[in-house]
Amino acid sequence: MIKSEQPQSESHAVLLVLFWAYVLIPLGWGVFQTLKKALALFH
Amino acid sequence: MSGFFSKERITAGNGYNRWLIPPAALAVHLCIGQAYAFSVFNEPLTRILGITQSLPEDWKLTSLGWIYSLAIVFLGLSAAFGGKWLEQVGPRRTMFTAACCFGGGFILSAIGVKLHQIWLLYLGYGVLGGCGLGLGYVSPVSTLLKWFPDRRGMATGMAIMGFGGGAMIGAPLGVTLMKHFHSDATVGVAETFLVMGTVYFISMVIGSLAIRIPPPDWKPAGWTPPIEAKKMVTRRHVHIDEALKTPQFYLLWLILCLNVTAGIGILGQASVMIQEMFKGGISPEAAAGFVGLLSLFNMGGRFIWSSASDYLGRKNTYFLFFALGTFLYSMLPTFSGEGNIVMFIGAAAVILSMYGGGFSTIPAYLADIFGTKYVGGIHGRLLTAWSTAGVLGPVLVNYLREYQIEHGVAKADAYTFTLYIMACLLSVGFVCNLLMKEVHEKHYMKHDEVDDPLQG
Repeated sequence: MIKSEQPQSESHAVLLVLFWAYVLIPLGWGVFQTLKKALALFH
Repeated sequence: MSGFFSKERITAGNGYNRWLIPPAALAVHLCIGQAYAFSVFNEPLTRILGITQSLPEDWKLTSLGWIYSLAIVFLGLSAAFGGKWLEQVGPRRTMFTAACCFGGGFILSAIGVKLHQIWLLYLGYGVLGGCGLGLGYVSPVSTLLKWFPDRRGMATGMAIMGFGGGAMIGAPLGVTLMKHFHSDATVGVAETFLVMGTVYFISMVIGSLAIRIPPPDWKPAGWTPPIEAKKMVTRRHVHIDEALKTPQFYLLWLILCLNVTAGIGILGQASVMIQEMFKGGISPEAAAGFVGLLSLFNMGGRFIWSSASDYLGRKNTYFLFFALGTFLYSMLPTFSGEGNIVMFIGAAAVILSMYGGGFSTIPAYLADIFGTKYVGGIHGRLLTAWSTAGVLGPVLVNYLREYQIEHGVAKADAYTFTLYIMACLLSVGFVCNLLMKEVHEKHYMKHDEVDDPLQG
């Protein structure tokens, strides 16, 4: 069996952080915009 | 070029970090999730010629409604037919094709707006974009299931959560771009389509470049498959064509279809429904906030419920969806009658979280029942249930409402019967889920027939 998650190189870790940021930043922006709209419900 | 897309080329090396796969899937799902937000273009598309107000020659909302309906129909068709192709060619080629279709659909639609030819929008966003939706939706799912055999629900939940989140990006992005491009000469829709098509194409291509499939016999470090097979979780595999011969496939088809229909019952009417059921108590701005809140629960439910299903079991999770859903749906008219807005909003939010959870838990349920080898293709075929519900659900809800209003029922009460019908649909789903059991021995592939379509 091949085992994964062996010690990663630094560049691999940077890539992981960058790639997650690439998808989570726009998602966070979208969630923030929706939350702002949803707040109108409680005013 | 074919080598670049080949499964051999995208088989991960030793030590590849599997946590790079979910963002690759999200890069695709966050784009195609824009489909939920297509309605932001509807009103501006009725003013393409008049700019400030609609002219008689401008498109009508009834004609524009077909764009989204076509996209949902072609989502189901392309997922059903493309699923088997995905198993043959692997996820990179499928995701790249999805990028071309979805991005290309936007660009063709932009030309359609410029030339004021609605058939180009039907062909662009409806047919081509719909194919991009279907192929993009199924392409990363089976890969994620193979990378996360220990947390199938969580893995598919992450990707499919992206589809829910895509609307939250797509709606404000579309509105912002239309405002930016708006002038005395244009409403800005064509320019917005052009920009969004390009951005979505690039993002989806990045996802397709990053996707990898695990090497043969790969398993997560420190994880060993349970020695004793869990009930309702097979370690064997059912061929994609053989799955269609099992009653389990049709039960799951009904489960998805009924869950989606019931969710659409609220989602499609949310703004009007809450304003009419609480006459004078909810402003249009607050109603828009209600829709936003439901979107958040729809997205969150996709991740939370499917992750929970790893511990609860798929059958128990759907048991909860249908039992709690039936109860909450049947309570909504009571909450409305009592004027209890807080309970009404809370119940609707939980219902929508389970609507989202139904989407994201189904691939893991399929993998448990049919094995992981052909789950992408089987999932694709099951998505015809979504198309069916996506088209029939709103028709059913609108028809029931109009019928009652025509027969003298007050607007505020017209939803009561509809909500009870939705509760009945969920109780049928409850029975379907109860009937689920393991696939009969004869349907499983024999040991020498098993060739992994995604590995090597």
